[in-house]
Amino acid sequence: MSQDLKDALQNADPANIATINFGPTHPSTHGIFQNILKVDGEKIISSEQTVGYIHRAFEKLAERRPYNQITPITDRLNYCSSPINNIGWEMTVEKLIGVDIPKRVQYMRVIIMELARIADHLICNSVIGVDAGALTSFFYPFSEREKIYELYEELSGARLTTNVGRIGGFERDFNPLFHQKLKSFLKTFPKAFEEFDSMLARNRIFMDRTKGAGPISAERALSYSFSGPNLRAAGVDYDVRVMSPYSSYEDFDFIVPVGVNGDTYDRFMVRQEEIRQSLRIIEQAYNNLPEGDYKADLPDFYLPPKADVYNNMEALIYHFKIVMGETELPVGEVYHAVEGGNGELGYYLISDGGRTPYRLQFRRPCFIYYQAYPEMIKGMPISDAVLTLSSINVIAGELDA
Amino acid sequence: MDKKNNQDYLAAIQAAFSADVLAHEETFGILNVEISTAKIHDVIAWLQQEPSLSVNYLTNIAGIHYPEAAGREFAVVYQLHSWKNNVRLRIKGYLPKEDLHIATITNLFAGANWMERETYDFFGIIFDGHPDLRRILNMDDMDYFPMRKEYVLEDATREDKDDRFFGRNNNEL
Repeated sequence: MSQDLKDALQNADPANIATINFGPTHPSTHGIFQNILKVDGEKIISSEQTVGYIHRAFEKLAERRPYNQITPITDRLNYCSSPINNIGWEMTVEKLIGVDIPKRVQYMRVIIMELARIADHLICNSVIGVDAGALTSFFYPFSEREKIYELYEELSGARLTTNVGRIGGFERDFNPLFHQKLKSFLKTFPKAFEEFDSMLARNRIFMDRTKGAGPISAERALSYSFSGPNLRAAGVDYDVRVMSPYSSYEDFDFIVPVGVNGDTYDRFMVRQEEIRQSLRIIEQAYNNLPEGDYKADLPDFYLPPKADVYNNMEALIYHFKIVMGETELPVGEVYHAVEGGNGELGYYLISDGGRTPYRLQFRRPCFIYYQAYPEMIKGMPISDAVLTLSSINVIAGELDA
Repeated sequence: MDKKNNQDYLAAIQAAFSADVLAHEETFGILNVEISTAKIHDVIAWLQQEPSLSVNYLTNIAGIHYPEAAGREFAVVYQLHSWKNNVRLRIKGYLPKEDLHIATITNLFAGANWMERETYDFFGIIFDGHPDLRRILNMDDMDYFPMRKEYVLEDATREDKDDRFFGRNNNEL
């Protein structure tokens, strides 16, 4: 038992101390994980977390799968922004095999990843509204997210677990419908988004509920290895896109918004501003989308079109080699990080030259920052704990891997 | 702006801990330094405190199992990041399977807590001094460490993916 808890227990009337379960299936955990709270009335004295309810052993699975079959696993990390996970993994493999990716592919990836970031932040922020009691603002962004999902659909056929892209580029180019839908999204989204923003950002009730809820100082956030919007809300401007640019992020002009207090309101506002910045990036990337191929020249990894496989000996050989996992791979250790919806999403890949990774570790931002949750909610009322949980955007898939 | 690069970091580490730097290499732009296991905590603490290096961020901790490397079957890899110089580096320590003890760094980085628990959970590496070293993702009553290589994933009915047909002999594991 910790000293804090002992003090609190001593000062509190023992008759008032209650132990309650917050989760595993509480509506506001938005996933399955448990918090056992000790409360004195409304005030949280301590909490203990249990995670791992949906642990699916991704790292173990990855040791038995060829590289191209690992992409669908990454879908299921942070499933609110699967394209970022997919593309982050593809870039990790490309780093290992050392391949030049065409500029067009890089810009296409930026567009898709920023769309995913918008979808991710929209859900997170509208859910903060729900947990503060504002249900209407939850429904507004859903029609916008739907449009992003339709864009995924045009590119990959899937909506949630997208498995978008391939090692070396994309499976297909943006089709005419995609262009049409993206243009219409860029035109209509800002207005709809500002409408959503106006419902919450300066709403007196919302501000009173979220300001000061679940704060964390910049120093503690750093010590806990926070990253992403949660770290930036505490006032630290660390963004992987700026610190170690990948996929041509250095070509784009955008700002990294930061908060001051690291509380729920700041996290909300940082995400809102990031959505605006993501939109700017998409516009820049789309307006300057280079001509070229939608994939790199990488026959060892990129599956040839099926029609070629049936008619062309060389394509058949490559197809066989890729499917049977007979591609030569370099030996080495790679770490590649992308700015995921929740922060630095890293892939630590160790290859021994075999068909599958020798070891693959995912650096999951959720898993790393969720451990700070008891510290953030200590002394808060239960209702603030709910808000804090939704504002740090813990996604169970990423938490448990 | 004179930012320090990997070579400066290596030189600084070698100057301060010459006897404990066992090996080093650079892979894909990241400096890897193998440190004698007993000194890892001190090296990371020094890296964190040394103002010119200011390694301020713990990116992650990974365990690795090398069943064939006698006397150094397990590795613990600390990936660190200095934002001031934008240098990432890996500190590695190897452990023999008979003695899987290494000092915790939870006193240096609060975030190391769950990372070390995860490494314990999957590899059975014991972080001495950790405040609460329990399993985290697996069930508490699990009696083995599943990421070790001896626990191979079984696809019992599949022969087409047998590693023996691809020039890799995994029978010994």
